[in-house]
Amino acid sequence: MINLAGRDILHNWGKFVMTGVGLGLLIGVTLTMAGVYRGMVDDAQALIANSGADLWVVQQDTLGPYAEPSAIHDDVARDLLLQPGVMATGNVAYLTMQIQHAEQEVRIMLVGIEADKPGTPAYLISGRPITQSHYEALADIKSGLNLGERIRIRRHEYTVVGLTRRMVSSSGDPMIFVPIKDAQEVQFLKDNDALLNERARTTAPSRLPGAISPATSQMVNAVLVQLKPGFLDEEVAASIRRWKHLQSYTRAQMEEILVARLIATSAKQIFMFLVILSIVSAAIVAFIIYTMTMNKIREIAVLKLIGAGNRIISLMILQQALGLGLIGFVVGKTAATFWAPLFPKYVLLIPGDALRGFFLVMVMCALASSFAIRAALRVDPASAIGG
Amino acid sequence: MKLALLQIKHRLHKITSTYALSRQNIILFVLAAIAIPAFLWFVTTQGPLAPVKVTTTTLQTGSLYADVFGVGTVEARHSYTVSPVMTGRISQLLVDQGDSVQAGQLIAEIDPVDLNEKLASSHLTIERASHAIEVNNALLNEAQSRHKTAIATYQRYVELHNRHFVSQEMLDARLHDKTAAAAALQAATASLAAARADLKKSATDANGIAKLLKQTHLTSPTSGTVIARHAEPGDMAAAGSPILQIADTQDLWVRTRVDQHQANGLQVGQKALIVLRSLPQTPLAGTVARVDLISDSITEERIINVSLAPGLAHLGENAEVTIALATIDKANSLPAAAVKLNNQQRGVWLLQNGQARFHAVKTGIATRDGHIQITDGLNPQDEIIVYSQQALHEGTKVKIVPGISKP
Repeated sequence: MINLAGRDILHNWGKFVMTGVGLGLLIGVTLTMAGVYRGMVDDAQALIANSGADLWVVQQDTLGPYAEPSAIHDDVARDLLLQPGVMATGNVAYLTMQIQHAEQEVRIMLVGIEADKPGTPAYLISGRPITQSHYEALADIKSGLNLGERIRIRRHEYTVVGLTRRMVSSSGDPMIFVPIKDAQEVQFLKDNDALLNERARTTAPSRLPGAISPATSQMVNAVLVQLKPGFLDEEVAASIRRWKHLQSYTRAQMEEILVARLIATSAKQIFMFLVILSIVSAAIVAFIIYTMTMNKIREIAVLKLIGAGNRIISLMILQQALGLGLIGFVVGKTAATFWAPLFPKYVLLIPGDALRGFFLVMVMCALASSFAIRAALRVDPASAIGG
Repeated sequence: MKLALLQIKHRLHKITSTYALSRQNIILFVLAAIAIPAFLWFVTTQGPLAPVKVTTTTLQTGSLYADVFGVGTVEARHSYTVSPVMTGRISQLLVDQGDSVQAGQLIAEIDPVDLNEKLASSHLTIERASHAIEVNNALLNEAQSRHKTAIATYQRYVELHNRHFVSQEMLDARLHDKTAAAAALQAATASLAAARADLKKSATDANGIAKLLKQTHLTSPTSGTVIARHAEPGDMAAAGSPILQIADTQDLWVRTRVDQHQANGLQVGQKALIVLRSLPQTPLAGTVARVDLISDSITEERIINVSLAPGLAHLGENAEVTIALATIDKANSLPAAAVKLNNQQRGVWLLQNGQARFHAVKTGIATRDGHIQITDGLNPQDEIIVYSQQALHEGTKVKIVPGISKP
């Protein structure tokens, strides 16, 4: 018994492969769209995972520090160390801002960190950690900054001493880490004009320079807390809420805030697009297989005429459809993997998604071929000669 | 036998022809044989299933130079503020910013208003008081003379009474005269004392006013340079408000704030490099002159004063200070990026059989160029992960690459 499908494909393999590649690119786009959606959610989760915290302690009645502004005193971090179950605390300050790099504006999230405290990036891809107490920075590689480069943030120039990866804000902006004292200065200290203005208002008649000294701010946006093993995060969070009068979020709650509230609408937007794209792809796959069979309707009639059974014809169409799906999937997956890093925002391709995509493509192809098979089986053998 | 052979040959032929791979089938098979492993390789090495790319290093031996970094402002070591002791209008300001002054030099004058008149008036009061003393002296003399006379008269009357020449009544009258004269004498003495005290008081008052008047002349407390002029002639200066600031601009230092966790080992006499904000390319030499006894507990910084050669620096200028600490020869070290803090325990990720394993180490000093001394816990042949593409966990599969650059 010969493999009719194989023979037919080899007979006109160029056309078959081209169709497969075209289909593959469409599947690639769908997979990429799934990746864009996953990447968006992953950006939000990366923010949580990278902070290395179990609890976020923020100003009372706020959803800070990512979803709402929050300001608390930096000595709270020391108070919190006395709470049972708390292993380490670290002050952090977050500020989304624009910096100049290579004559271009780069949108970044400035993060103030304390050395060796929660909030410090867990891994670098080159360079070294911050060792100076001022004017050194770690930059995410997505910002386009290189080691040794100097960037100006407000009043001071910072040297990039290390590079990180996947350190992004919930909206995908690369993070730049600086010592907390510098970040406090950037966040709360005013520019020269504002300072002079303020001085003029408060010390109008006197001519005493420095009467209003720019007092360094002691505020931070949040305190990241790491727990000792064996303590329930919800219990420690409840105790901080009750006795310290500060809002405190666990990792699960923070994820809920970021994923379900902060990026909810845009993620849903992408997800909706993904659903429509999947439906359109499925429809196109079905049409391609249907028309491919319809193009061969005369040959199928001949087959019937020479006595080929229904099973042989159905198998031929099914095998061709599945083959097309397989080529499409391989091309799509390869294409998606290739072009995913070119996207400006993170595209996360999950093996599970690829697997699901594979099964969906196969099921879709099988379903589409069933329509084609019905049409093929209904053809009158006489049409082979009569026309 | 021959027939049997033929039969077998025929059957063989039949089998081979049935299952014969046509040329096309072979091509198809070969293509599949190449494409499927290629795709599988592609999926497992390029995508999310790939092992985490890392770079590794081994223990390095060499000299380590520890130093600390701080920021501060240039200040004069000694700075004096000149301010009046009483509120008044500034009548004269004799020096300006940048002028050098000597200790005791007159530098400003406060309008004395009526102080001169007050002084003249108090001198007049003194004069009056001395006249009053003269008057009281005369009165005292008179009282003494009266008293003497009254005593003598009384004695005489006592004698006369004893001989019964005068009545008791007359004697009593003389006794009264004598007592009254004594009282008058007492009053005159006291009156004189009061007049003397008045004179003293007036003199003291005059002294005080003269001193106050002297205070309207402000003099320099030290030899140095005027670094600030906060007021102008005609301004009202409140008591204690600064008018001028004088400092020795040849004796400068940078009041440097150093984070407490890096401040261990700082001592007077250590060499430092000072980078002024106005001269970023030219570091200046300095020496630690004083380590303040009290640290700033709020900002968690220690205050280190680093002396600086005069000339280029301006007071109040921002400066970055690097203070050299110890040098350790032949120390084992690792790049700082390799040393992690995991559950409050310092350690490194070792590469063992293609997997990452956390391993605790003991660390010594950390240098500013990103090296950490390893005092214990590692062997020279250990392969230590420095950079990684993702966060590592116990048992993460890793692959060594020369460098990680992919975003």
